[in-house]
Amino acid sequence: MAYVPLADRDHEMELHHPHTWIGKWVFCQDHKVIAIQYGSIAIFTGLVGLVLSLLFRMQLGFPETADFIDPSFYYQAVTMHGMIMVIYLLTALFLGGFGNYLIPLMCGARDMVFPFMNMLSVWVFLVSVIILMASFFVTGGPTGGGWTLYPPQTTLAGTPGHDMGIVLMLISLAVFIVATTMGGLNYVVTVLQYRCRGLTLMRLPLAVWGIFVATILALFAFPALLVAAIMMLFDLLLGTSFFMPAIIESGTPLDHNGGSPILFQHLFWFFGHPEVYIVALPAFGLVSDVLSVHARKNIFGYRMMVWAIIAIGGLSFVVWAHHMYVSGMHPYFGFFFATTTLIIAVPTAIKVYNWILTLWEGDIRLNAPMYFAIGFIFTFIHGGLTGLFLGNVVIDLPLSDTYFVVAHFHMVMGVSPVLVVFAAIYHWYPKMSGRMYHEGMAKLHFWCTFLGTYAIYLPMHYLGFLGVPRRYYALGSTDFLPASAQDLNTTITIAALFVGASQLLFLINIIWSLRSGPKAGPNPWGAASLEWQTPDTPPVHGNWGDSLPTVYRWAYDYSVPGAHQDFIPQNTPESEEPTVDAEHFDPDTDGSKADV
Amino acid sequence: MSFFKTITTKPWEKKGVIGGLDPEGAINAPNEKVALSVFLVVISVVFSLFTVGYFLRMELPDWQPLSEPGQLWFNTGLLVLSSVLFQWARNIVNSESSKHLTAAFIGGGFFAIFFITGQLVIWSNLQDAGYYMTSNPANAFYYLMTGVHAVHLLGGLWVWSKSSIKLLSGSEAKSLKLSVELCTLYWHFLLIVWIVLFAILSNT
Repeated sequence: MAYVPLADRDHEMELHHPHTWIGKWVFCQDHKVIAIQYGSIAIFTGLVGLVLSLLFRMQLGFPETADFIDPSFYYQAVTMHGMIMVIYLLTALFLGGFGNYLIPLMCGARDMVFPFMNMLSVWVFLVSVIILMASFFVTGGPTGGGWTLYPPQTTLAGTPGHDMGIVLMLISLAVFIVATTMGGLNYVVTVLQYRCRGLTLMRLPLAVWGIFVATILALFAFPALLVAAIMMLFDLLLGTSFFMPAIIESGTPLDHNGGSPILFQHLFWFFGHPEVYIVALPAFGLVSDVLSVHARKNIFGYRMMVWAIIAIGGLSFVVWAHHMYVSGMHPYFGFFFATTTLIIAVPTAIKVYNWILTLWEGDIRLNAPMYFAIGFIFTFIHGGLTGLFLGNVVIDLPLSDTYFVVAHFHMVMGVSPVLVVFAAIYHWYPKMSGRMYHEGMAKLHFWCTFLGTYAIYLPMHYLGFLGVPRRYYALGSTDFLPASAQDLNTTITIAALFVGASQLLFLINIIWSLRSGPKAGPNPWGAASLEWQTPDTPPVHGNWGDSLPTVYRWAYDYSVPGAHQDFIPQNTPESEEPTVDAEHFDPDTDGSKADV
Repeated sequence: MSFFKTITTKPWEKKGVIGGLDPEGAINAPNEKVALSVFLVVISVVFSLFTVGYFLRMELPDWQPLSEPGQLWFNTGLLVLSSVLFQWARNIVNSESSKHLTAAFIGGGFFAIFFITGQLVIWSNLQDAGYYMTSNPANAFYYLMTGVHAVHLLGGLWVWSKSSIKLLSGSEAKSLKLSVELCTLYWHFLLIVWIVLFAILSNT
């Protein structure tokens, strides 16, 4: 019997080839279009988040120079910036964007298992974004209770957006979770069931492993946020007291009684900490592939990288209370969570060592994706090390709610994943668009972003040590802070404005290159994984032409001794491996490096 | 191949095609069933977290336990009957028959509708008796947890109604086999969830 790959055997698998413009670009079931839709919505929302951050930085750097940045707007901007960046930008971009684009291509499938549900996912995501953005236009504006949305503060008069703003935020989150669940089921089932012939789980690129495990985390962690959101909506709209304690608002006792704000914190952080890894694991996977391709070496310690991804995923569910040391807890409880927090650093450190060892003696090509990937290693090490400080109870207590915390989490889950986003976009751009981006502009973008973010966040550590509290609209005259703290704040704001403006380089580059970039060819980097072996670039609907690929090897056969090229694609059988006498192999005439 | 064995293989050593028609590690079941199974785990997490919240909130001093009405036993019986009928429908399609399939499958859905109606009647009775959602957290949890369970049943009924329309419009039993199986699996799961919820609500 002739081999018919699973995706082709599945009678349910129907490719809905679009015949109209709307069918092709709006209500499209092609995973690649959905990926671009997800990515575009996420980046647009992220730009809103970026602008908000620049506005509140203006207040911190140049207090009260902009009239419209009053305390209410400041808190609303801080809150919306945080939620947008974590959920609507990074989660959506890594899972919905990269997950959608890469999983079917890297698995050798024609599409996701459930294309219609996939399309529904992106539209529901858009609805969640619209609901979120609508909160800017309702009475009272968006919520200003901080991205953690802690009750009772978030729901009390005095906190901006305590009426409609918080309701819209919670509804938006619930809708987002529906979208993520629909997408997540697709990603998990596609990875499990739609791999092409010969593609074992351990032959998958680490990008797929990272997105796969992060999706499982999302499926199991987002329910905690959903439960918290539903219960808080009940408190807000129906007058229950799940989280709301007895409280007096402006001299008037409220109807609530006996609720537990700490219960909300537990639910929030049971979602919130895995959320860090929902963002980080795809970044780990993507950067592993970028490093390996551009170092022309197989990824160091592939198995251990997979084990580390799984271990981090599992451990991420038992560290949540390290976000709550200051809320008061039994000392043994704190000890447990401090210990698990330190333990999770072990597999994370293994990954860092392996990235560095992948670079060791590699034939490194210092192009823009590699710049960003190496930059990520720097920022991730710095952000990770400060995490070790904050994971310890006794160090966390004095540093809690200071700028040290802001610096830590921005380095580790803000700057680091964003550098990977840029590395990945530059790396896969030739496949997605068929064109090359402008290398010089991309490198300039890197240096502005990399040095600029260091200029922002390194001084923040120092502000934290000084005891400057986060979330304050104005510091006022405080005896324990030297006047120079304000100078530092001004410097940080100038750096932030510079970094914000420099992102235009990225936008201009990718938009300009869509039409005017040089043709990229099917595999400009000489990459071995399947997505670079498609018959068309960019891949057309269905990805693989008449027949699905067959995989004969793992995704990291680079610089194999004796091979004609310095990479062997995954779908090259042993019998067809082009080999030459190793002694006469001249890497400079290696055809794989052409077209760059 | 076990998961442990899978992740300890050395992919750089072995070249060539590994595995047969299906990719190694793929689950031998329809994709829809795999997806539903994962989704059931997600729903389990949702109900587990509500339950954890319930027990933690219970510890606080304002908690006044709600005496669950006896009618819940009757409603539970309706849901059990619903599940039994779905199982019957599943057995029918598995035996390549179609006799009594309409009665079993449609009947299963209707008993679920009766269950939800019964739950609404209890809600109404509790309201009439002054057990408001706002008066005590135990009441609030009762409405919340039974409500979320009913919403999940409604989701199932939406899928059931689509399959029922196909069945009534003369579709072959064979073509509905997967739908019947998935509905049955979902109904059994929601029955188990209900029994656990009922046990918790009744005993606390």
